[in-house]
Amino acid sequence: MYAYDEIDRTLINERVSEFRDQVKRRLSGELSEDEFKMIRLMNGVYLQLHAYMFRVAIPYGTLSSAQLRKLAHVARKYDRGYGHFTTRQNIQFNWIKLADLPDALADLAEVGIHAMQTSGNCTRNITADQWAGVAPGEVEDPRIWAELLRQYSTLHPEFSFLPRKFKFAITASAHDRAAIKVHDIGLRLHRNDKGETGFEVLVGGGLGRTPFIGKTIREFVPGRDLLSYVEAILRVYNQYGRRDNIYKARIKILVHELGIEKFAEEVETEWLQIRDSTLALDAAVVEDIRSRFSYPAYEKLAPMPDELKQAAADPQFEAWRTNSVAPHKVQGYAIVTLSLKPIGGAPGDATAAQMDAVADLADKYSFGEIRVGHEQNLAFPHVAKRDLPALWRALDKIGVATPNVNLVTDIIACPGLDYCSLANARSIPIAQELTRRFANHDTANLIGRLHVNISGCINACGHHHVGNIGILGVEKNGEEVYQITIGGRADENAELGKLIGPAVPYAEVADVVEDIVEAYLALRERPDELFIDAVKRLGVEPFRERVYATR
Amino acid sequence: MPLVNKGQIVSDGFVHLADDAKLPSDGAVLVSATRFLANAESLSARNSPVGVIWPNNRSVDELAPWLDRLAAVALVFPTFRDGRAHSQARLLRERHHYRGELRATGQVLRDQFTFLLRNGFDSFEVKKDSDAHAFAEATQRYTEFYQPTGDGRQTALERRLRQRHSESANS
Repeated sequence: MYAYDEIDRTLINERVSEFRDQVKRRLSGELSEDEFKMIRLMNGVYLQLHAYMFRVAIPYGTLSSAQLRKLAHVARKYDRGYGHFTTRQNIQFNWIKLADLPDALADLAEVGIHAMQTSGNCTRNITADQWAGVAPGEVEDPRIWAELLRQYSTLHPEFSFLPRKFKFAITASAHDRAAIKVHDIGLRLHRNDKGETGFEVLVGGGLGRTPFIGKTIREFVPGRDLLSYVEAILRVYNQYGRRDNIYKARIKILVHELGIEKFAEEVETEWLQIRDSTLALDAAVVEDIRSRFSYPAYEKLAPMPDELKQAAADPQFEAWRTNSVAPHKVQGYAIVTLSLKPIGGAPGDATAAQMDAVADLADKYSFGEIRVGHEQNLAFPHVAKRDLPALWRALDKIGVATPNVNLVTDIIACPGLDYCSLANARSIPIAQELTRRFANHDTANLIGRLHVNISGCINACGHHHVGNIGILGVEKNGEEVYQITIGGRADENAELGKLIGPAVPYAEVADVVEDIVEAYLALRERPDELFIDAVKRLGVEPFRERVYATR
Repeated sequence: MPLVNKGQIVSDGFVHLADDAKLPSDGAVLVSATRFLANAESLSARNSPVGVIWPNNRSVDELAPWLDRLAAVALVFPTFRDGRAHSQARLLRERHHYRGELRATGQVLRDQFTFLLRNGFDSFEVKKDSDAHAFAEATQRYTEFYQPTGDGRQTALERRLRQRHSESANS
């Protein structure tokens, strides 16, 4: 956990007071809606179909129990008793009143969380591997750097009005859980031949209307130079990114139009001018940030405690354990994923009561720490293995122990037409129907790892391009129809899915997904050939045939 | 449109000169980039101050040879959401060491004053009277800053290091 110091606290309170003044000026008419729009967006406030939506940042997906309780409080006091965790490790409240926002922000500021830059054409929440700091084999905890980037990008005077939004993601593991290849800047912390740590920097990834996989712009940027290198990229983008067309304004288009070599040259030229400026991070500065992260005092525990051996007799526990519990870097501990994908539920939603209960359980079993992953689930990063059976019972009681992590019912979905004014089609009811179709855990388990991602419009908040099965809702002649892609993935081997054929109507989407899954089960070489590997081997054609033969 | 210069509302000493208007024999003038570049030698040799209005899609490097003879550079925000002039300002101040008046023009609102100051602007053609009058309040709101710019303010990282050093010196 990073603990705010007096400087962080002062700044966040100053921002709250500024926003309070801005809301006051809007309500009095001194600010026009046009002027206010960007101001409110830069504080996470959208106008949606029914009400204002309020998006709160959870930097690098790390929350303390006190922070989660405060989010529950906001849900209860200012909203309708629930919140929605997003694919960028944020949380959204859907029914907030403008006049209440300053108070909600002040409440959140008490525990060191904010909504700065969760929208707008600026640097958004810095996301990270949700297992950062505890994943076995990690180079080092990437959140130190994510926090440095959070501070660097917060209220940046030069880069708060970029051509378009700008998203960073960072990982320090070989297996990428942070989807860095589909971010404007992706950072992979690694060790070079000399044993020094630094960053592979990727640029120009992104989804939306024109999806691109990020390209490596530099294999190795030392930690000392991270901020100057990032500043060079942002400065080139700020000056040359397109501003004539909102759909061509992301950095991915600039990188694509210039070509990565030319873009890299521009960045390199700029970087050499600022590399040795005050942006250079000396070791003491990094150490100071590092020292503000606290880590649990782990006990020396047995790798296989008796409690776990005994519980293994319970098939339900075992189903959950094999699905939702992952290895930890410290012996005797585990990482536990809390599924926010109950059968029939809206993916990523949690009630205030669930948030409070999760916070209490985190205090009891996870050193007070909770993580949010981009798949819209939560995680406890430090659970003693001996506590797993007790924790499972407690999680099950509050509905967050569905053993479906990474399975077909662990669906990523945007809010879609149920909430969002940009959407063309519904997402949540599609997800709910799919979870009912595959509600049988044994079936889902037999299918194995399979990521279904659903977006209700071309903006791709549900990351459909990188779903193993991607579902995109569009509007055609006043009807909701859905384009289906297969073969997408968001990890270190990121790829964009391929369209399997013509769009299908709302009522047929679940049938089509069932057909695809059945085709896979029939075609896979071995039970452990994953869906994504079978699609890679076979291509789209056999799936297309199966789906459209009878349609 | 009120002009705020070095924190005070002042009257504008510069006359905005249209491209086809006759150059007055004395008095400060602001001219377009096109007019300036076409007559840069003679304009910058003038005895009265000359400033240039520089568009946000043109590299400020082109101005480098004239910067020590320019009394003002006015950068443009067609809307406050177009942030290109923020980069131009920092480049003028921090890379080209321009020391004359650096003016923000266009949709200049209270909510960007602090950013503009941090990027090196010292002069503001403010859209609204109420914003011009709120200049002091708006620019004193923030006391902590995370990132270094040429404005010389101490950043959070620097302050923390200093605090650490003084703590370890006292212990």
